[in-house]
Amino acid sequence: MIFLELFLAFFKIGLFTFGGAYGAIPIIRETVLTKGWLTEGMFSYFLGVAESTPGPIMVNLATYVGSDQAGIAGSAVATLGVILPSFIIILLIVSLLRSFIEKDSVQAVLNLIKPCIAGVILAAGTSMLLTNLIESVKSPDFSYQGAIIGAIVVGVSIFYKKVRKKESSPILLIVFAAVLGIIFYGY
Amino acid sequence: MKKFRTLLDLFFTFAKISAFTFGGGYAMISLIDHEVVEKRHWLDEEEFMNLTVIAESTPGPIAINSATYAGYKCAGIVGSVIATLGMVIPPFVIIYLISTFFRDILQIKAVASAFKGISVAVAIVIIRAGVKMARKILAKKRIRIALPALVLCLGFAITMSGYLGGFHVSTIWLILASGAAGFVIYAVKSFAGRKSR
Repeated sequence: MIFLELFLAFFKIGLFTFGGAYGAIPIIRETVLTKGWLTEGMFSYFLGVAESTPGPIMVNLATYVGSDQAGIAGSAVATLGVILPSFIIILLIVSLLRSFIEKDSVQAVLNLIKPCIAGVILAAGTSMLLTNLIESVKSPDFSYQGAIIGAIVVGVSIFYKKVRKKESSPILLIVFAAVLGIIFYGY
Repeated sequence: MKKFRTLLDLFFTFAKISAFTFGGGYAMISLIDHEVVEKRHWLDEEEFMNLTVIAESTPGPIAINSATYAGYKCAGIVGSVIATLGMVIPPFVIIYLISTFFRDILQIKAVASAFKGISVAVAIVIIRAGVKMARKILAKKRIRIALPALVLCLGFAITMSGYLGGFHVSTIWLILASGAAGFVIYAVKSFAGRKSR
């Protein structure tokens, strides 16, 4: 049953995500690809939308995948699934286990979970970039457009940081890349 | 009546925060500080510090964690439900509307081209976030960083190998394994510490 499947998949995502949306992206990607809910291309297209619309990125992704699979009820179920674990855990912590987070043992666990997630995020990003550059590892087909767009986006990101002394917002880079996409891939 | 007013305020404050922040939870923290601490005085600075630590160290979307926490502090369980709903409803409506026509507009060549470009930027934004996280972890001086660095490399290598068609382990298992390793090391250390005393 698709509703139960959506709820459980997103509940699991909500339960195992640390460090905000970027920690969630590799798990959501893995889930939608193995379940066949989205293709690699559709996933990164929609991620572009989720980053450029307001609201928590995980909620945006859950709403989209749910709606794409099973309409408005599907999106409600997936969204509920993704927020329920955090809701329950926070309530438990504020009402009962006030000092839980400060415990040395909990910090010791988090101290190794965080680097693991950083590694996983780097791998997910690298593999998404590779998909854009060579389509697939098994039969590589190098896309020079993808490489040029990538180089320009990285350039803009570095330049912005040098000049403005702060990180450029993802939306700025996304809008920039959209224009480059139309230029290089045609309209 | 006063309670009802507070709940209404909670809902609209969090709906506003949600509807006007782009880029997810971390971007929201400063807006929540502004609305919840400076403007409404629902939390004081110290409680807000607690909120950020808890929101970042518990699983789930940081924005939802913050809303649940602030809502509970302000008006109990009902407050936490209302604040969380406020946080969820604006993006839910916006994304649902987009999802009804998203696949159709991708049929337009210019839109498809734009999204091909966007998917390159999205990958770069993710790598950038990963690099930032890695630097933050490896910049710490007090804690020895050899072990976190090893875990980071292992996380990267194993995930990458899965993507390239080799040995595959699901991310959730990697997270569970590194958490378990952290706990075992902590337990061994405190056991050894007790013995030497």
